[in-house]
Amino acid sequence: MIGTCSAVSCAVAPVAAAPVAALADAGAMAATDIARQVGEGCRTVPLAGHVGFDSLPDQLVNKSVSQGFSFNILCVGETGLGKSTLMDTLFNTKFEGEPATHTQPGVQLRSNTYDLQESNVGLKLTIVSTVGFGDQINKEDSYKPIVEFIDAQFEAYLQEELKIRRVLHAYHDSRIHACLYFIAPTGHSLKSLDLVTMKKLDSKVNIIPIIAKSDAISKSELTKFKIKITSELVSNGVQIYQFPTDDESVAEINGTMNAHLPFAVIGSTEELKIGNKMMKARQYPWGTVQVENEAHCDFVKLREMLIRVNMEDLREQTHSRHYELYRRCKLEEMGFKDTDPDSKPFSLQETYEAKRNEFLGELQKKEEEMRQMFVQRVKEKEAELKEAEKELHEKFDRLKKLHQDEKKKLEDKKKCLDDEVNAFKQRKTAAELLQSQGSQAGGSQTLKRDKEKKKAPHHPTQAGSVAGSCCKLPNCMVKGAMFSGLL
Amino acid sequence: MFCFPAMGHRHCCALGPMDPMRRSPSPCSSRPSSPRTPPCEMLGYVGIEAVLDQLKIKAMKMGFEFNIMVVGQSGLGKSTMVNTLFKSKMWKSTVQGLGTPTPQTLKLQSVTHVIEEKGVKLKLTVTDTPGFGDQINNDKCWDPILGYISEQYERYLQEEILITRQRHIPDTRVHCCIYFVPPTGHCLRPLDIEFLQRLCRTVNVVPVIARADSLTIEERETFRRRIQHNLRTHCIEVYPQKCFDEDINDRILNSKIRDRIPFAVVGADREHLVNGRCVLGRKTKWGIIEVENLAHCEFPLLRDLLIRSHLQDLKDITHNVHYENYRVCRLNESHLLPRGPGWVNLAQTPAGPLAAPQPSKACQQDQEDSKDDDEY
Repeated sequence: MIGTCSAVSCAVAPVAAAPVAALADAGAMAATDIARQVGEGCRTVPLAGHVGFDSLPDQLVNKSVSQGFSFNILCVGETGLGKSTLMDTLFNTKFEGEPATHTQPGVQLRSNTYDLQESNVGLKLTIVSTVGFGDQINKEDSYKPIVEFIDAQFEAYLQEELKIRRVLHAYHDSRIHACLYFIAPTGHSLKSLDLVTMKKLDSKVNIIPIIAKSDAISKSELTKFKIKITSELVSNGVQIYQFPTDDESVAEINGTMNAHLPFAVIGSTEELKIGNKMMKARQYPWGTVQVENEAHCDFVKLREMLIRVNMEDLREQTHSRHYELYRRCKLEEMGFKDTDPDSKPFSLQETYEAKRNEFLGELQKKEEEMRQMFVQRVKEKEAELKEAEKELHEKFDRLKKLHQDEKKKLEDKKKCLDDEVNAFKQRKTAAELLQSQGSQAGGSQTLKRDKEKKKAPHHPTQAGSVAGSCCKLPNCMVKGAMFSGLL
Repeated sequence: MFCFPAMGHRHCCALGPMDPMRRSPSPCSSRPSSPRTPPCEMLGYVGIEAVLDQLKIKAMKMGFEFNIMVVGQSGLGKSTMVNTLFKSKMWKSTVQGLGTPTPQTLKLQSVTHVIEEKGVKLKLTVTDTPGFGDQINNDKCWDPILGYISEQYERYLQEEILITRQRHIPDTRVHCCIYFVPPTGHCLRPLDIEFLQRLCRTVNVVPVIARADSLTIEERETFRRRIQHNLRTHCIEVYPQKCFDEDINDRILNSKIRDRIPFAVVGADREHLVNGRCVLGRKTKWGIIEVENLAHCEFPLLRDLLIRSHLQDLKDITHNVHYENYRVCRLNESHLLPRGPGWVNLAQTPAGPLAAPQPSKACQQDQEDSKDDDEY
């Protein structure tokens, strides 16, 4: 007797009337390789009684509660649009922090984490806020720090996932789950900074655009503003986050909410007494704006969508769509593929080995190149040095030659001088001899002496040079002149 | 009045464009009020607990998977037990005909069914091991089983390291292995001890005393104590493992379960009339053994453990502990992951204890595993 409980057919083959017979051929499979029947061919079997696994979702939920949840919101918007106030209002608490000035040199991101507890659910909430967005004169690079921050969170998760020893289930997920983009309430259209930033962010994070400080816009202007914004987003191809409509329980409410995007919100943490209740509101001389009044602003809608209905979906989209895209791009950038052209699955190891060999080959090539360049340079330097050496040699030779010439000249001169000196000496000695002879033997000897003296020094001067040139003594000259007259 | 500096506020870390790797300064613990993240008092209802409902809806839509393996000698009532557990004809009860030869080698057979109860869809896969321990020489008869379990881990690992991954990786890993101990009444046999020692390191094992209707209540108790003593002597940690108890409530609950392991079970898939009620049971000449009656056998305890209370826990331990251990060994030996320039934070592989769900708790199993690590 097999009672029939609800049987949902998922199998390709129809569920047979006698499941036992169907089981027989579905049963035994091949030896150690087991071809599992996954998906198609899965038979649904009716249950004969209460088994008890309907408690499974509760078991899952209990596990998740004990682990805790984490949710990360990024608030992007110009300074002074009420980002911190809105966060305070959303989570009904006062987060720490001081307002930023308008004089920031660049865009920075400030991140704070808080532990919230509601009944038995613990939420680790991280709020990241841009500081100084839109304050610079040149805003071309304003989006870059934001994109880098988001990528850094993905990178951290990827690193953790790829570790050998990893603790993924206890890992504090810091990836941004939702990005609230604050649009200034000008009433006209989106600023170009907004468009550029949103375009850069739409493939990395779930963007929910909201119109901040919307109590500055009247109702009619607001509808026009919203239409303008949505059309601009569509025409620029910006993909904002759409609330999911595939599950029946939330499809309806999400569908209507999708039409109200972007939400026009007001934030306020002051409580005022309205009627006989304390409500969050902003007081103006002309009236009071109530934050939680749906006719006044869309704050309640934002809170519903962000927290109460779609928090899990936001997290799931971040993980399964944005993170997977980042991971795929990152790994492909590193050169890893899944299948090669023969459609055989690559193992990461093969790819890694190939890359490694490639890298080593490149290294070797570079080394070769460097070596060759080095050799070439050495050669050049050598040639240069040789040139210089040659020059030096030449110079040296030249100088030497010069030196030798000089020396020769000087030697010649010296020789001349020496000759003259010798000649003079001879004449001197001759003259002295004559003198001594003359003084000894009267006149004739002196004559003779003088003659000899005359002859001796005059011999060299017979060539014609004047006697005076050889003999510098005036006496000698005179005597020489006298005696030469006598001869 | 003091002017606000550009950076350096009290609780926050200003992340400049040069510092992309810094995360917010909160540790991994999920317990509230860790010293560095300030707890915040909420002044009103925000609605965070609605996330639980969202989780439930998502889980129900996706469905659950559960893979169970039954190991034991022929004739111990494995197929009948599976049928009784899930109250459906998973297997045709294998009664050996006169002509069918006994299987010469260990062949694993696996069958998958989808069962649904109150909107919860469960894809159940049961793997049977006919021929286990039936030969004369049973040396290394656990190898095909260990090979099969490793193959499922390998399959999951390959899916996980693909570049383009599926959204939901099909989970074929064995979450629970029920080991049938024959009701000898003495103690564990060497085959049992060998098998349990090897298997407890890779998969959650729940030993049960099969065909417990051949033992009286007192015999059961003695048998159970002897088996527990054997398990302790040989350092075999069966599910629920003591080292994975998360908090005091878990420990109390699991201690009670650990006291009754191994359960003495009886399987039956026929219904009989007892006192006007239709119950599942075995009809014998001396009475009807009711399967669901706690006084007769401990089948309800096994069913509650496996399905009603600890199913998610079984899956979690398989995923967080056993699969991670397999992954560590596999990646260490084959260098599947890139470990070169550009991968800055990849952890080195110290020869330390293997993964445990609570890193703060010391693990007896880890010490045993690290002893085996040296044998690799």
